[in-house]
Amino acid sequence: MRQLGAALYKEWLLQSRALAQLLAVLVFGATALLLFSFAVGPNYELLRAVAPGFLWLALLLSSTLTLAESFQAEMEHRALEGQLLLPASPWALYYAKALANWLQLTLLGVALVPLMVALYDARLSRPLALLGVIALGSAGLSAPGTLYAVMTHQARSRQTLLPLLLFPLVVPVLIAAVKATSLLMLGDPMEQIGSWALLLATFDAIHWSLCGLLFGRVVEE
Amino acid sequence: MTTPSAIDARGLCRRYGRRWALVDVTFRLAPGTSAMLAGRNGSGKSTLLRILATAIRPDRGSASVLGHDLVAERAEVRRSIALLSHASYLHEALTAMENLRIAARFLERETHRDALLPLLAEVELDGRADDAVATFSAGMRKRLALARTLLQKGGVVLLDEPYGELDPPGFRLVDRLFGRFKAAGATVLMATHLLDRGAALCDEGLVLEGGRLRWHGSARDLPERGGLDPATLPEDAR
Repeated sequence: MRQLGAALYKEWLLQSRALAQLLAVLVFGATALLLFSFAVGPNYELLRAVAPGFLWLALLLSSTLTLAESFQAEMEHRALEGQLLLPASPWALYYAKALANWLQLTLLGVALVPLMVALYDARLSRPLALLGVIALGSAGLSAPGTLYAVMTHQARSRQTLLPLLLFPLVVPVLIAAVKATSLLMLGDPMEQIGSWALLLATFDAIHWSLCGLLFGRVVEE
Repeated sequence: MTTPSAIDARGLCRRYGRRWALVDVTFRLAPGTSAMLAGRNGSGKSTLLRILATAIRPDRGSASVLGHDLVAERAEVRRSIALLSHASYLHEALTAMENLRIAARFLERETHRDALLPLLAEVELDGRADDAVATFSAGMRKRLALARTLLQKGGVVLLDEPYGELDPPGFRLVDRLFGRFKAAGATVLMATHLLDRGAALCDEGLVLEGGRLRWHGSARDLPERGGLDPATLPEDAR
């Protein structure tokens, strides 16, 4: 646990110096939402119906920027290698980075909700439940995203490679997150939200445990 | 029972793609020995140090550090070594103090400012403790990397061109720290092009050429008998 504490301390320091990047990702996500609303046009009924899907698409696209840059500071002067040789636990390094990415994506998702309400005329009847779905969905993106980010970081075309690898893997997470968000916004007469949330939580548990196991093998030669 | 060698390399080989960077390197260093590793650019010095530090794996051969196998007991080896690498291992956006504090936390050492400031004072960076590494010159980064190496307190210290990027007072700083490592009983293996300087500090010398160990003997004999023709070396390396 001390190793995890050390890794979290490092992430906190690094994130506190990267607020400009967080803001840039937020602007990117907001722009994506705005452009999607232009594509649909001034049909409020249709806008309300597609709002959950577009929220998650904006979050998914923004996540590739966040994730791709998340190892930049670690690779610049081989800081990650330096930590492994101390020796820092790969397990701690992975979970601290994945938690930092999860927090960023959750905050981004929460920040995009008011914009979605304004642009898509969406109803926000259960904000706390929506926060829970955003947190679960972001966890499903950040766990494999963190693993793929470190795998692709050395590649010349990492900005392209990361989404190519990540998107197919997170399709189930995306479907479950969109469905759960739709039920929260458009109504849930059959009480299905619990099943979709459970499905999201199951994917999260699988991704977080598997990726944590694989990280050590990926970063160690 | 015999004391294990501090470093025991047996037939180490490493290749990058199709090029062999290290071929069948075998040598031993007794505990407490200091040795200089010489050789031209691309001769395999950094590769050898990185293998011994477990940053990369050998493709063939084996080695142990203080009795721990490099591959099977990687964590124990890492706890026994301190590597000053070509790369600084620093975070640009963070301050010198924060970089040291992160390392200290992972090493489970004292992280208070009062405990870390003497280390920065040792490398003459105490006045810049709260400045971001991004504002540091190459020499200052090297000094901070040296402070990080001091923090590790390794039984085996691996120094990859420690004089690189440093000014003359920095050279004397490295000499002083080298003496400290030796006084603490550490085994030191230092890759350097400064043959006379290295020979004055070290007990043994090794010369790599084209990835092969060409010579191993007394460090005092290395400048003349190590096979590195002084006439072809740069002025500052003679």
